[in-house]
Amino acid sequence: MTAAAAFFYLFAGLAVASGFMVIAARNPVTSVLFLILAFVNAAGLFVLMGAEFLAMILVVVYVGAVAVLFLFVVMMLDVDFAALRQGFQRYLPIGGLIGAIFLIELLLVVGTWTIDPGLVQAPLGRAAHGESLTNTQALGRVLYTDYVYFFQIAGLILLVAMIGAIVLTLRERTGVKRQNIAVQNARTQGMAVDTIKVPSRQGVEV
Amino acid sequence: MTFWEVLGTVLLIALKSFVLLAALLVFIAFALLADRKIWAAVQLRRGPNVVGPFGLLQSFADLLKFVLKEPVIPAGANKAIYLLAPLVFAMLALASWAVIPLADGWAIADINVGITYIFAISSLGVYGVIMGGWASNSKYAFLGALRSAAQMISYEVSLGFVIICVLLCAGSLNLSRIVMAQDTALGLFGWYWLWLFPMFAVFFVSALAETNRPPFDLPEAESELVAGYMVEYSSTPYLLFMLGEYVAIMTMCALGTVLFLGGWLSPIPFVPFTWVPGVIWFALKASFLFFMIAMVKAMVPRYRYDQLMRLGWKVFLPLSLISVIVVAFVLKLTGLAPGA
Repeated sequence: MTAAAAFFYLFAGLAVASGFMVIAARNPVTSVLFLILAFVNAAGLFVLMGAEFLAMILVVVYVGAVAVLFLFVVMMLDVDFAALRQGFQRYLPIGGLIGAIFLIELLLVVGTWTIDPGLVQAPLGRAAHGESLTNTQALGRVLYTDYVYFFQIAGLILLVAMIGAIVLTLRERTGVKRQNIAVQNARTQGMAVDTIKVPSRQGVEV
Repeated sequence: MTFWEVLGTVLLIALKSFVLLAALLVFIAFALLADRKIWAAVQLRRGPNVVGPFGLLQSFADLLKFVLKEPVIPAGANKAIYLLAPLVFAMLALASWAVIPLADGWAIADINVGITYIFAISSLGVYGVIMGGWASNSKYAFLGALRSAAQMISYEVSLGFVIICVLLCAGSLNLSRIVMAQDTALGLFGWYWLWLFPMFAVFFVSALAETNRPPFDLPEAESELVAGYMVEYSSTPYLLFMLGEYVAIMTMCALGTVLFLGGWLSPIPFVPFTWVPGVIWFALKASFLFFMIAMVKAMVPRYRYDQLMRLGWKVFLPLSLISVIVVAFVLKLTGLAPGA
């Protein structure tokens, strides 16, 4: 138990510290790297809670894919952070006020939460089905058996969003040479090379 | 648990990890030599043959040379990230080995989600490349890093679907269980390489692309980008990149062994062969895959970048997606699905 507590404070502390560094770092690339560190620590916290599948998926999806895109975009940008920070003094009071309001709201909401003591004791699988399941199986049951229609609807909405984004950005450009790999592969020697017997002293018409 | 028990467990895990690390690094030193020897043999050369008998000590001599040279850091580089990148790359490559079962019960951490862990860790490998390319502050390194990132992400997708096919057949995310699921009376013919042969081929090619091996070594294409993301690196940081690359290749070989070649199982399931320790079978199978990868490097010319992207997105992705559906349907309709 002490080891688990030690790891909890390690991961939680690192997550909070790197979260702070995301907004405090001068270089945007460093910010994104700290964001990745925060994600990885969150995955560590999931592992401590016994949700190892969620932890791995968090790393695969957020760290392995989403954060790579962030990093890509940020590396390409030429942001002058000195210019961005110029209005800092002027916006500090109103920004601080909004921040304080959010903090108070969050404290009020989170402070009144209580967690069902039964949930803390039982891992995900046993709570739902009364038997021992690995948490991958438990998640699978919840997503694909109990709530399969909601899951499908969510999938459809994402599909529509994806198609929408493609339609909005698709430009049909004319006069662009495109390769057709099938045609290229289907080319034979006969189609590409003409062997001509040249009669002596006469030449050929090309 | 008392303090001493916890300390004992931690020390035991540390000892196991150290033994595995040492064995793995020695194995990779010889694998690197084998790679160069095979390459040379295909081109009718001798390959490294000076240091030690048959050049066997070449990799160790290289190690000494790398470590003793001066690390040069470019003036315009972002020093911290520049030095962090090779470390991240090598550490992540080594971290995958924590869950790989070398024989029955021989995994340092036999976790329930072993395969997702390897997939997650290998998807992080791209950060070493991007960080190295960006922090070098050089156009070749940056272009190499961009190419590499796009390439590694593209092939990860089809690799994921291939893994899902195997998971559907095995019914578990645990690597040991996946090996056990291939333990049938058919021996060698009961392993998934035969039953999922197209997926084995897709896995092999995706593994080449994922580890930036020829013919997909576009990130370091020396004819266009000098050496891609590692242009500016020298000495030990370069060694770490190189080491990470070879460890990643061995990880892919080990993963192929576990997923498709029956892990530590004997190919012929009778008595004299089943007496051979599992770890020897595992090493033989992984070496076989490594030999195939080395042969590909020697025989196949480098892909063009657009061809590489086309292969990943327009050929492998639909193919592996369709086979996930086909495998699922076949398992469901024949009642062979595990746990059904």
